[in-house]
Amino acid sequence: MIINHPILGPRDSAEFTYIGDAALIDRPDWQAEDALAQFVDYGYLRDNPAGKHKELWFHEQGDRSFLVVTRDTTTHEISGVELARDVARKRGRRK
Amino acid sequence: MRYSGLRVIKEALTGHKGWKPAWREVAPKRAYDYVIIGGGGHGLATAYYLARNYGAKNIAVLEKGWVGGGNVGRNTTIIRSNYLLDGNEPFYEHSLKLWEGLEQDLNYNAMISQRGILNLVHSDAQRDAFTRRGNAMILNGADADLMTTEAIQTRYPFLNVNNARFPIKGGLAQHRGGTVRHDAVAWGYARAADSLGVDIIQNCEVTGFRIEAGKCLGVETNQGYIRANKVASCVAGSSSRLMSKADMRLPIESHVLQAFVSEGLKPILPGVITFGAGHFYCSQSDKGGLVFGGDLDGYNSYAQRGNLPVVEDVCEGAMAIFPMLGRVRLLRMWGGIMDMSMDGSPIIDRTHVESLYFNGGWCYGGFKATPASGWCYAHLLATDTPHEYAKEYRFDRFEKGRMIDEKGVGNNPQLH
Ligand SMILES: Cc1cc2nc3c(=O)[nH]c(=O)nc-3n(C[C@H](O)[C@H](O)[C@H](O)COP(=O)(O)OP(=O)(O)OC[C@H]3O[C@@H](n4cnc5c(N)ncnc54)[C@H](O)[C@@H]3O)c2cc1C
Repeated sequence: MIINHPILGPRDSAEFTYIGDAALIDRPDWQAEDALAQFVDYGYLRDNPAGKHKELWFHEQGDRSFLVVTRDTTTHEISGVELARDVARKRGRRK
Repeated sequence: MRYSGLRVIKEALTGHKGWKPAWREVAPKRAYDYVIIGGGGHGLATAYYLARNYGAKNIAVLEKGWVGGGNVGRNTTIIRSNYLLDGNEPFYEHSLKLWEGLEQDLNYNAMISQRGILNLVHSDAQRDAFTRRGNAMILNGADADLMTTEAIQTRYPFLNVNNARFPIKGGLAQHRGGTVRHDAVAWGYARAADSLGVDIIQNCEVTGFRIEAGKCLGVETNQGYIRANKVASCVAGSSSRLMSKADMRLPIESHVLQAFVSEGLKPILPGVITFGAGHFYCSQSDKGGLVFGGDLDGYNSYAQRGNLPVVEDVCEGAMAIFPMLGRVRLLRMWGGIMDMSMDGSPIIDRTHVESLYFNGGWCYGGFKATPASGWCYAHLLATDTPHEYAKEYRFDRFEKGRMIDEKGVGNNPQLH
């Protein structure tokens, strides 16, 4: 599988470590009323779809950036790659 | 029809005209007491033990493809009970005991062969860990044998014990472990369940649940609606897909695991061997092919085929301990979709929907679990209480912090 890194161009997926569902970017608020339930959900439950899946890949053997890759889990076709930082910023996060 | 040596001789003399299909082909009835979704090893075993142990009648197994087309026919056929943790070991030891009597029980030749399994040790720390595991096994009534390098070399002279980086410093053996013909397990359970009146319905895909006021009333399928008093999901790698129809999100990711078979060789490998420093394990089938595998590909997948980096990694593992295999050619390779759970252990439990039950999260160890999984799931379905051996396999263990994490790697499904 080739992942088209937004900065470095096409890279072999073997350079990356797979982290999991990109929903992991949205860490719950630890001060929320239902923080426990939210963290159980965040830590352990997954959508695990057959089809398009947004997921985090860590460029461990490269520039060590985190990417959000949109990949079809039935064909391995990759239809989008973004820097996780950009995705988080678009959602209003500062870091 | 009972199978026996006499029967084979009789059929041989009469032109093999007396054999009958091993199970009936039936159309689904409109209602059942129990509907089991998934005709893999676990679903069929559940149906069989429900009928045999609890006298249940009126059971259907719904299979979207054909019996044996899922992981039960794709695995590398290893059975063992060499687990460490209390939540696991009694369950897997019960399973191994059931394997030991399975062929007589089912009247079916599953080619169960207790040729032994050996986990190699490459460092002092690993020996300590395996000693502890061996003691845990013995405490739970299983067998375990810590072998020295010399003993290993006598039994397996072809192993490279002096690898510069990963010398072999001993191993943990379970001599009662071994291999089974996997398809025969599916067929044997299907035939035995059928003979107790279970309807096995192939090409019947469950597409949804009918749930009213928090109670499951039946299942929608491509062959129409089927009413059921109790509905039991048992679909391994498809668990998240199916349970999403009941608005459930599971502590599971689906990953592909590959397996490989070499060209046929003369008998060279008496038993199962696992490499302790990389991920590689191997046995030899009765046909002579070496059957081996290694790591998951490492990312969510529903494609029943894998990618090449893992092929290379597995073959490197093979060369590290069996340098004699350098010129052996691969014959076939394939993949299966694993229901990898968040702590590497399974779930056999009720769900938040009344009358809807769940069995899954087997990771790559579910084949050896087949008899005990069916046994305990049948108990849960019939009595509504968890079986003694499966009482830790609950959904709420993640929330309560009672994970059963053999490897201690945390909520990272691809590492279990
Ligand atoms: C390459 C590989 C090697 C393995 N090696 C080992 C090993 O050495 N030892 C070991 O213990 N385990 C091993 N395993 C794991 C083991 O095979 C599985 O954990 C186990 O088979 C899963 O249970 P099952 O047999 O019920 O699954 P399956 O046979 O997959 O049964 C599930 C069935 O559900 C059906 N289904 C899915 N969705 C629906 C639906 N909506 N409606 C109706 N039916 C549906 C599927 O078609 C399938 O037939 C291995 C697995 C793989 C892939």
